[in-house]
Amino acid sequence: MQISMTVNGEDITREIEPRVLLVHFIRDVLRLTGTHWGCDTSNCGTCVVLMDGLPVKSCTVLAAMADGHAITTVEGLATGGTLDPVQQGFMEEHGLQCGFCTPGMMLTARALLDRNPHPDDGEIREAISGQMCRCTGYATIVRSVKWAAEHPAAQETTGEEVTA
Amino acid sequence: MQIPAPFDYARATSVEDALALLDRHGPESRVVAGGHSLLPMMRLRLARPEWLIDINDLYELDFILREGDYLRVGAMTRHTTLLESAEIARLFPIITDAERVIADPIVRNRGTIGGSLCQADPAEDLSTCCVVLRAEAVVRGPGGERTLSMSEFHRGPYETAVAQNEILCEVRFPILPRSGSAYEKVERRVGDWAVVAAGAAVSLAEDGTIDDVSIGLTAAGIDHTIAEAEAVLHGKKPTEGLFIEAGRLAAAASDPIADQRGPVDYKRHLADELTRRVLRQACARALEARHTTTQEG
Repeated sequence: MQISMTVNGEDITREIEPRVLLVHFIRDVLRLTGTHWGCDTSNCGTCVVLMDGLPVKSCTVLAAMADGHAITTVEGLATGGTLDPVQQGFMEEHGLQCGFCTPGMMLTARALLDRNPHPDDGEIREAISGQMCRCTGYATIVRSVKWAAEHPAAQETTGEEVTA
Repeated sequence: MQIPAPFDYARATSVEDALALLDRHGPESRVVAGGHSLLPMMRLRLARPEWLIDINDLYELDFILREGDYLRVGAMTRHTTLLESAEIARLFPIITDAERVIADPIVRNRGTIGGSLCQADPAEDLSTCCVVLRAEAVVRGPGGERTLSMSEFHRGPYETAVAQNEILCEVRFPILPRSGSAYEKVERRVGDWAVVAAGAAVSLAEDGTIDDVSIGLTAAGIDHTIAEAEAVLHGKKPTEGLFIEAGRLAAAASDPIADQRGPVDYKRHLADELTRRVLRQACARALEARHTTTQEG
């Protein structure tokens, strides 16, 4: 079947089997490997992407179900060489260690801040409660999101840091 | 990698269209809403539909509407919407309590009330809420619409009265004056299924005695309200002693099984303790509602 959607602002159309899951569509068809594939059971949350601005676990959404919708992956967070404040926050506050949960954590953080620009620690913890950090670095993740909330203006960076 | 068996996919544009698609593609076609129960089952090949009818575009089933003495909730209403609804929190706080502990915020963005009820998992929280609130299920099929009580709707674990060519369209909750309700769940970790959970709804007579009460348990081998426990409360003023007695009777009526979530004794203990807690909370909320009503009146 043919599906069309907007991914990181770009219109795409592809031919797929209906059983292809959104996470595999993003990684294997679109080759956007920033979205990670973890537990396969909608528990770990590393596959989180935004669908029409809301975080969803892309291992439990069919690519066909995203037809006609707007998807944002971690590759879509930075715009024109400027990191999203959330990305900057994760750098400033050491919000990642191994980095496996990071793309999902950052997208959930973005969606949270879009709805609630000044979340307290409890609200941040609740927002990321469907995601696991295997390094158990939750305290620094919460601090990273707080940093982003306190620095809503995007930070200018070099292209090198964006692709790193 | 878990991938579902091959299937064909169609996206319905209306309830009528969905019914026509189910009719056209026959017994091996299934409706998918949020997909957070069905897709994992398809990946484990526990479910192998040949056709998947996606009803996520049926915005006509995404509503919370007050109509007379009923609150009507569309089957496609997402968990997040229920959790954030001020009207639900005011009229049926049991649902807000339950939604807070259903899965996690991201899963709640997709999962729907209709999907949860139709999945009919024995550890599912909203089924208990609906039983306790004496909700009705509005089901539509080729022969028209029918309204079912929850005991008619719920046939057992993973089984409901919704036929293959029918769709659950809405759930109707009767609104009672001077009422309160509550839900409490014990889970092994955040977002897990219940070890055991309890729900209660109470409505008070003008003199503050208990006019109507219903008590239900989740994941405790009992999918109807617990008449023996309710009977001790009927017509009496709520007291701690009555809550303790009702808890004891609810635990006795429960029939949990030992599994990785805990042994039978532990689950019975939870049924007892959680029944007391939700009754205490439901009565406190009913008293509050009574005072609010008096002030308004």
